Amino acid sequence: MCKQLTEKDVCEIIASHQASKEKLLSILLDIQDASGQNCIVEEWARVVSAELDLPLTKIYDVITFYEMLSEKPRGKNIIEICKSTPCHFIKGVNIVNIFEEELCIKMGETTPDNLFTLQYTSCVGACDIAPVAKIGDEVYGNLSKDKIVDIIKSYREAAICQK
Amino acid sequence: MHHVDPNVDVNLKINNIPVTVKGGTTIVEAASKVGIKIPTLCHHPDLPVRATCRICVVEVKGQKRFKTACNTMVEEGNEIYTNTKAVREARKTILELILADHPMDCLKCIRNTNCELQDLANEYNIKEIPFTPTAEVLPIEANNPSIVRDMSKCIKCGRCVEACQAVQDVYAINTANRSHEFTITTAYGKDLSESTCTYCGQCIAVCPVGALYEKDDTGRVWEALDNKELHVVVQTAPAIRVALGEAFGMDPGSVTTGKMVAALRRLGFDKVFDTNFTADLTIIEEGNELLQRITEGGTLPMMTSCSPGWINYIEKFYPELLPNVSSCKSPQQMFGALAKTFYAEKSGISAANIFSVSIMPCTAKKYECTRPEMNSSGYQDVDVVLTTRELARMIEEAGINFNNLAEEEYDAPFGLSSGAAVIFGASGGVMEAALRTVYEVVTGEVLQDVEFTAVRGYTGIREAEVDLAGTKVRIAVTSSLKNAKTLMEQIKKGESNYHFIEIMACPGGCIGGGGQPFRATAAIKANRAAGVYEIDSSQELRQSHKNPSITEIYEQFLEKPLGHKSHELLHTHYTPRKI
Ligand code: SF4
Ligand code: SF4
Ligand code: SF4
Ligand code: FES
Repeated sequence: MCKQLTEKDVCEIIASHQASKEKLLSILLDIQDASGQNCIVEEWARVVSAELDLPLTKIYDVITFYEMLSEKPRGKNIIEICKSTPCHFIKGVNIVNIFEEELCIKMGETTPDNLFTLQYTSCVGACDIAPVAKIGDEVYGNLSKDKIVDIIKSYREAAICQK
Repeated sequence: MHHVDPNVDVNLKINNIPVTVKGGTTIVEAASKVGIKIPTLCHHPDLPVRATCRICVVEVKGQKRFKTACNTMVEEGNEIYTNTKAVREARKTILELILADHPMDCLKCIRNTNCELQDLANEYNIKEIPFTPTAEVLPIEANNPSIVRDMSKCIKCGRCVEACQAVQDVYAINTANRSHEFTITTAYGKDLSESTCTYCGQCIAVCPVGALYEKDDTGRVWEALDNKELHVVVQTAPAIRVALGEAFGMDPGSVTTGKMVAALRRLGFDKVFDTNFTADLTIIEEGNELLQRITEGGTLPMMTSCSPGWINYIEKFYPELLPNVSSCKSPQQMFGALAKTFYAEKSGISAANIFSVSIMPCTAKKYECTRPEMNSSGYQDVDVVLTTRELARMIEEAGINFNNLAEEEYDAPFGLSSGAAVIFGASGGVMEAALRTVYEVVTGEVLQDVEFTAVRGYTGIREAEVDLAGTKVRIAVTSSLKNAKTLMEQIKKGESNYHFIEIMACPGGCIGGGGQPFRATAAIKANRAAGVYEIDSSQELRQSHKNPSITEIYEQFLEKPLGHKSHELLHTHYTPRKI
């Protein structure tokens, strides 16, 4: 997890996808997974650019277009908050504010311990239990301040156990 | 059924007016044929179509939804309405949405009175914006000598991206993010100076608004003109004299040389000189360099070096081919070196007190003059480069009535030039000028027809073969960096059999430079080129080596082509800068 990604690792990932332009998304996802920072920094994007003979700006466009990819380091747990209308208006709870207050970061930022990143996502298809947040594959619904505090606590504890 | 066969006639009606056009014509083009203007914003006639802004919507009878006229081809029997209430309202809403997200800083904007968005707001009688303002103030990027990016004003039309990618193949900028965060940027938001950007300014030339512009250096020139200690000289590039008039309402291609000289004197320049003089000098040096490379087995093909956007490109993209680039400085930099040496000596003015300004059609020239190696005089050879647009602004600010100026002549000793020099301004011109001289030098015969029309033109790669006393010299000419790339790949693969290649970074050559008056299209550039060739053909003197001032400067100062002094002052070297 904390191992530093090397240029050789990146080249191996690219080779495992036959250095194919069509596989760009899978290549980027694999690099991001291996990065330890949950993102694709410029250095690795440049390697992809050279190996696939694609302009760097094209790769950057792809990385910034997909929410699952990031050009900036992100925490171990990405808290994705749905920004579609039902989640915003139905319960009138401003869950973004609660998350921001509890984690002491703003939307789009990462906590100093690298544990959490807050970001928006498009509708996760759980409008019936709005407001909703997604962390990894887990979807948490009917959120309230208390629930949010509990959720954050559980992830913090899990991280301590792993150590 | 789509009739895209360009040989088939398509009959339709636009606002009940019958019109017949060829298959593959867009609604915008068909409408303009019958004098109907459909507004466009993201669309530029010389660029691939994006069709993202939707300002060009029209109604097509029988179709439920509006069609975008810039990318929809006409079909047989179409009945199109461009001016219904629904269309006008839709366009107005689109404009209001753009303006809600726009700073509307017109009074202090570089594009004030010359902005496509402002024009539309005026045409559509926009009086208030019914949407919540969302415009954000973003930092202005001005960390390089050539190009300023003010993304607060960007309307995300994508024209600059097309210019940088489809025309120049440089990919310095692209779209990034999506929905509200959608933006135009370099990779990882770096400065242009850390990207593949060549400073060609083609993005500026197509931007409809004030989001992209040249770094404004008029302040520094005003200051120099006001400084009594300084002797301020100015040089004027070949291509600006046929474009400057556009800024004052003249037809594109109008030849304004004499008025421009007069205006520069009224602005207060102590001497008004011509870059054309050093264009002639370039031909002598470069022609001799070519002959030397051919006879002494030097690196071939030799490539021209006067376009700084092209030099930036090859330094960044093909550094391994730098030995192919002529070592000749560009005419601007040859001039700069001579102004602070030869001219300083001749006029008895210390080089330290000479302030050297050049007026160029080009944004990359601003960067070129700041290159550390461009100081052969012991000082920065050219102090400030202004674009054609900046000169026009200074003329306006000085209250000079440009159109009514009586024509004046350039000053000696850098005032006299040949027709071969002025055609440097159009793609193919350097090649043609070189042939006019090299032919006579090699064959010892007088050239009967000095016009090599095969190398003239706007598009693609033009080739020719010239017989020089039994040696067949193969040449190629092109403009735009995308075309340059094709030639570079040929050389890399060993498939290039040319001796001499002319490359200009901007489509059409300097007449299409990134510093020329806004709103140029291929048609306008063709008019400018025609202006350049008109100056050439109206001249007695049409060959660089026959310019008596050139003979004189070699006798009095430079001694001989490719000689010691030439190498010191007129030649340069390049730096690999792979990004
Ligand atoms: S870009 Fe055009 S509309 Fe916007 S502030 Fe400048 S002049 Fe006004
Ligand atoms: S100046 Fe030329 S290379 Fe640079 S961003 Fe603009 S179009 Fe691209
Ligand atoms: S910078 Fe200009 S050309 Fe580029 S997208 Fe923005 S408005 Fe359009
Ligand atoms: S001009 Fe047609 S969609 Fe923008």
